[in-house]
Amino acid sequence: MAEFLSLQEAVSQHINNGDTVAMEGFTHLIPFAAGHEIIRQEKRDLTLIRMTPDLIYDQMIGAGCAKKLIFSWGGNPGVGSLHRLRDAVEKGWPNKLEILEHSHAAMANAYEAGAAGLPLAVLRGYVGSDLPKVNDQIKFIECPFTGERLAAVPSVRPDVAVIHAQRADRKGNVLIEGIVGIQKEVVLAAKRSIVTVEEVVDDLGASVNACVLPSWAVTAIAEAPRGASPSYALGYYERDNAFYKAWDGIARDRDTFLSWLKDNVFEKGAA
Amino acid sequence: MSLEFTSSEMMSVTAARALTNDMTCFVGIGLPSEAANLARLTHAPDVTLIYESGTLQTKPDVLPLSIGDGELCESALTTVSVPEMFRYWLQGGHISVGFLGTAQIDRFANLNTTLIGDYRAPKVRLPGGGGAPEIATNAKEVFITVKHSKRTFVKDVDFITTVGFGRDGKARDNVPNIGRGPTVVITDLCILKPDPDTKELVVTSLHPNVTREDVIEATGWEIRFADQLATTPEPTAKELEVLRDLKARTDAHHSAAQSGQQ
Repeated sequence: MAEFLSLQEAVSQHINNGDTVAMEGFTHLIPFAAGHEIIRQEKRDLTLIRMTPDLIYDQMIGAGCAKKLIFSWGGNPGVGSLHRLRDAVEKGWPNKLEILEHSHAAMANAYEAGAAGLPLAVLRGYVGSDLPKVNDQIKFIECPFTGERLAAVPSVRPDVAVIHAQRADRKGNVLIEGIVGIQKEVVLAAKRSIVTVEEVVDDLGASVNACVLPSWAVTAIAEAPRGASPSYALGYYERDNAFYKAWDGIARDRDTFLSWLKDNVFEKGAA
Repeated sequence: MSLEFTSSEMMSVTAARALTNDMTCFVGIGLPSEAANLARLTHAPDVTLIYESGTLQTKPDVLPLSIGDGELCESALTTVSVPEMFRYWLQGGHISVGFLGTAQIDRFANLNTTLIGDYRAPKVRLPGGGGAPEIATNAKEVFITVKHSKRTFVKDVDFITTVGFGRDGKARDNVPNIGRGPTVVITDLCILKPDPDTKELVVTSLHPNVTREDVIEATGWEIRFADQLATTPEPTAKELEVLRDLKARTDAHHSAAQSGQQ
């Protein structure tokens, strides 16, 4: 059964230096509050996995939490670059960052294979792309039935999955609504999971086919209202697109970034 | 009297016209999204727009800033998980057109959104592939829209993130279950299409007030022009009005700060 913890306790108990951590949420429900807690607890040498690193990993990379990044699209959506990610890749600041990059289709398949307990995912992908030349985790196999050449990537099996969801009931069952991304897959693929939620309620109010994670499939739940901001939580608050635009200016310069980090992360406690 | 319009508007309107009502379009963010929604709001009200965040048949009132804005989900027929989107809907063969933008494109319509320079020591690191590598091969055909400049239109891309026709124009030959690839490239200067035999991009239509020299000047290889070179029809007053309204609504929506702070 999922254990209800404070965000501070959940991060401290379940995320260790050197862990492989996947914090998912496809544009929607990005677990920013948890990311900030990881920064505050100064976790180090993490291998971070996320399809779209987004601002959350830009912040964590700039804060020095990551040694490696596995991703498939590393930009600020609709705005431009993730400057902290670029600074780490291009200049090694604040530390060298190893990268392993995929396509979205391959990562989505790899998460699903992880949830399914398989060692690999097979897809019709990467045809003619140079990505397999720079990522040794992309191989090609022959279909034993048709002989078709297909791409294979290892499944994603992180130590810890971190996601944000709309709500949990008091037993720890979790409801995810809207763009569900790969939230369910990453939790089921991981050894441990932390789910932050907007609120804990008596009744989830889930429809019969809703995306629900049962309490016994989740390790820890922490209440974190507005925990996905500046991304959004459908039914609670909208995406703060103005902040995504402003981030370009904040993150472009190391000093501006560090001062933002001090004021908005280090000097603010967990919810 | 002819209307006043910018080259960007010319590009968006021309790109929009490439879409028809019966298409199911997997939409990239940015210019493709603008064009696809303009099509939906003008001549193709029933065009099916799909974004990789899982939103099927979506009808946003403002252009999304990201591929997964709430607007896309709330105005969609339904929203599926990301693995389902890529496996069932894209790889399963339900997408007629993939509509993509790019940072670099070469003469064989290969796209680079990964980096400029060498992979291990990049001069400029770009966002990466996202959905494009598989959209380009699993959709039945691909439309590309991008602004024309020498930096963008290069002879050979530094890195093939997403295949057009490969380094030699033959990358799709004898590959089973692969789409036709790029069938049209729409820029702010012209329309290009791959030569049926060599697959090299050829200018088939010049936008109004654009000369051959303008295109030659903005292209990083010896660009060829079709024998029957057309002039792209100008935007109509209706198309310009709808496009400008859409952009104004979008700008107002995305600049409205909610919290300003996290």
